[in-house]
Amino acid sequence: MVPLSYYLLLSGILFVCGVLGFLIKRNIITIFMSIELMLNGVNLSFVAFAAHWHALSGQVFVFFVMVVAAAEAAVGLAIIIAVYRTRETLNVDQVNLLKL
Amino acid sequence: MAGAVNLLVQSHPINSALSLIAVMASLAAEYLLLGAEFVAAVQVIVYAGAIMVLFVITIMLLNAGKEERSKGSRVATLLGIPGVLIGGVLVAWTLLHRSNMQATVPIGALKGDPRDIARLLFRDFLLPFEVTSVLILIAIMGAVVLASRPQAVARGPRKDGG
Repeated sequence: MVPLSYYLLLSGILFVCGVLGFLIKRNIITIFMSIELMLNGVNLSFVAFAAHWHALSGQVFVFFVMVVAAAEAAVGLAIIIAVYRTRETLNVDQVNLLKL
Repeated sequence: MAGAVNLLVQSHPINSALSLIAVMASLAAEYLLLGAEFVAAVQVIVYAGAIMVLFVITIMLLNAGKEERSKGSRVATLLGIPGVLIGGVLVAWTLLHRSNMQATVPIGALKGDPRDIARLLFRDFLLPFEVTSVLILIAIMGAVVLASRPQAVARGPRKDGG
């Protein structure tokens, strides 16, 4: 019997790590991995709540989140490849064409 | 398990992809402990398999080396990190103090076998399922268009959209 709050705490830790990585890292691939980490944290809380309330629909939502994450990873990595072709860099500080 | 996951996440070199794979695997084990077998299998297959292979291939393709330390924007440093820390502490405090600690989740409580999930997925959630299929089709086509060579795009789109 594991308390529900432990799962939620782990999920929150994962999410905060994702946000921190998103803010700190300057490599665009690592930023993408931070986004995946945030999605994983949310998934964990979904499954924990599904187990807590004995509702299977939480797991179905996890499935949908995974599908969206897969689509997002495919498109995002394609965008990264396109950016690297045009800018020859992976550093987000040097992709500043839209900056004033 | 929380400590292991946290430690793996905190070490952030460019091989953080490998630590992310480890996080995915331990999360799959966590789902198995919760009794969600189908979600655990999908986690291993989709996340640790497909998505991480995509990441590793992209890292290899772009020859990503050491990330150079550079000053981020001032706003992110001054506002973002304290904001995140305050948010994390607030969430932790709320979870640990406000929620009743009696709300426990028994190990293997939920019978998440594929039959029930499939019944739910194809009956109650049929419309979202179809919408995600369309979404992933669009994502695949967009990825192919974006990642193709620029001259191939400049030649113009073919008439048959596929």
